[in-house]
Amino acid sequence: MAKLTYRDAIRNTMFQEMQRDERVVVLGEDVVGGMGTAGGPEAIGGIWSTTTGFYDAFGPNRVIDTPISESAIMGAAGGLALAGKRPIAEIMFADFIGVSMDQLWNQIAKFRYMFGGKSVCPAVIRMPCGAGYNAAAQHSQMISQFVTGMPGIKVVMPTTPEDACGLMRQAIRDDDPVVFLEHKFLYGLTGEVNEDPDFCIPFGHARLARAGKDVTIVASGMMVRYAETAADDLAQDGIGCDVIDIRTTSPLDEEAILDSVEVTGRAVIVDEAPPRCSLATDLSSLIAQKAFASLKAPIEMVTPPHTPVPFARELESAYLPSPAKIAAAVRKTLDYR
Amino acid sequence: MQLNREALTRAYRQMKLIREFEERLHEEIQTGEIAGFTHLYCGQEAVAVGVCEHLTERDKIVSTHRGHGHCLAKGCDVDGMMKEIWGSQDGLCNGKGGSMHIADIDKGMLGANGIVGAGAPIAVGAALSNKIDGPDEDGKLAIALAFSGDGACNQGTTFEAMNLAVVTKAPCIFVFENNHYSEHTGVDYAVGTVQDIASRAEAFGMKVWRADGTDFFAVHDTFREVLEYVRTPGNGPAAVEFDTERFFGHFEGDPQRYRGEGELDRLRAERDCLKIFRASVTGAALLDDADLDKVDADALQAIEDAVTAARAGARPQPENVLDNVYISY
Ligand SMILES: Cc1ncc(C[n+]2csc(CCOP(=O)(O)OP(=O)(O)O)c2C)c(N)n1
Ligand SMILES: [Mg+2]
Repeated sequence: MAKLTYRDAIRNTMFQEMQRDERVVVLGEDVVGGMGTAGGPEAIGGIWSTTTGFYDAFGPNRVIDTPISESAIMGAAGGLALAGKRPIAEIMFADFIGVSMDQLWNQIAKFRYMFGGKSVCPAVIRMPCGAGYNAAAQHSQMISQFVTGMPGIKVVMPTTPEDACGLMRQAIRDDDPVVFLEHKFLYGLTGEVNEDPDFCIPFGHARLARAGKDVTIVASGMMVRYAETAADDLAQDGIGCDVIDIRTTSPLDEEAILDSVEVTGRAVIVDEAPPRCSLATDLSSLIAQKAFASLKAPIEMVTPPHTPVPFARELESAYLPSPAKIAAAVRKTLDYR
Repeated sequence: MQLNREALTRAYRQMKLIREFEERLHEEIQTGEIAGFTHLYCGQEAVAVGVCEHLTERDKIVSTHRGHGHCLAKGCDVDGMMKEIWGSQDGLCNGKGGSMHIADIDKGMLGANGIVGAGAPIAVGAALSNKIDGPDEDGKLAIALAFSGDGACNQGTTFEAMNLAVVTKAPCIFVFENNHYSEHTGVDYAVGTVQDIASRAEAFGMKVWRADGTDFFAVHDTFREVLEYVRTPGNGPAAVEFDTERFFGHFEGDPQRYRGEGELDRLRAERDCLKIFRASVTGAALLDDADLDKVDADALQAIEDAVTAARAGARPQPENVLDNVYISY
């Protein structure tokens, strides 16, 4: 075991996989940082410091610094993958998915199905996502709802450094296209990470972050951290919560969620995306459909309102879910009769 | 065409106001009082002002993530902008947008933008609206223009916008501010057309101009020609590339390790549009140092007042999150 930040868990895993498999390449804006400047390549090494040192180690053929062209980055990842490489593309902010949507949604996601199973497209698309930096409406969004709704795409949302490592390795080795949603707020989080060079976490397996018998909280990404804080606070008052970190939104570990709700009879879903047609509504409908008989209270959703992400500090905190809002929702399910 | 004293003073005041606005933000951001991402326009003032001094309120501009200079040059209220950057409810956008989303539609300022390359298509739409409205009594069209960086010129949206403007003969102007960097990447690496963005625009079938963006007079004279051309019905769009410099990092907090040895000192010494302006107007005895010093003091005071107002601005309330998603719902 090693103590690593979430950022370094991602960086090191990609680095090791590039060493292990020559087909792995990375591409994106400023992933080298400093190309065509006096400071030279690696002057910056990626704005998130997730690709620092890659260019020096693997050179320009495998570490491709791109102009600002998200459509072409996404499409090129698709083409590299169809042609036998294992690209890891970085879309600097998940919000920029908008620019590249066709190449992801109509191309990468659908190749295999449209081609009758004759193609393999092992592209990993990394998208730093989420709010918390007052970066306003176009640099703060959670976009899990869009990609989770795309048949053909697998979607990963790691919360811990260890999960970031195991899920990244799985994503790179997986033969299907994977969208890897890194929460910007988690980059600095440290934790123990399994150092086995083949450590992979299979997709579709949730993690039980806290165990309790009273209420099930289902969350993903940064929201898991808030749910853990809420659960710890509630535990002081003798309220026990299962906190289920779903880890991958597609495929989804339905069983882990349903098994828990069957015991607790109460469910709170926490999602960083706006509430309509989202992960929150998706998981609510799953529980309503498949664990209806166990429910002792209506399902609660803790989400932002149906608005874009606002800029001002006060507004962004009003917008985002928080441990207090989650705890209130948990109590609401307990107070129901 | 020679500018009179009043026009020269106004142009200098606008440039100085932008400079002081940005220099002050650079300091304030270090204290942690201002939230979010801020991209400063210092060094590029002559472009925004040399262009916008020609425009009327009917003309529309679309800006970028580095938008403060464009906003001020197009007449956005200094206090309203500062309050917005402070996240105040009294800000130009009620604290919803912040630095990257300042807009004032009544002033013809259709928004700064957080998405690189998003501006050019919006400008084409605004230009088409002006085309539909037709020429004024002097037979001239109102125009729309998009400011774009050397980085934004690589987006497909920018290419599509240029072609759309050409085929629809939209009275649209693509203003490229080549400050040689897109974030941490040099233009030599990122732009394939031998560093020349104007020739790329030309290949789309429009008339293009080029000028030194650190020389207010070069910008102003060049843009007069561009505008004369695009205002004439039937001509369609044009593009202009200004060679300019950014004095600060890409965003506040950028360590700027991509800069060359002594680069920033050299730029401040040799490529400062304000110094160049002062030398040129005092050299030609159009204005004297005392006139300009007075403008400097006024600009400084205006910024001081704006910061004081921003600090005292009303804060948004949690329920304001829900405002203005729709008009009716
Ligand atoms: C679609 C999109 N991609 C990437 C970014 C991140 N980003 C913000 S500004 C910038 C560089 C823009 O360079 P340029 O157009 O030259 O403008 P400058 O910063 O020099 O004013 C990048 C890559 C973004 N905001 N939007
Ligand atoms: Mg630039």
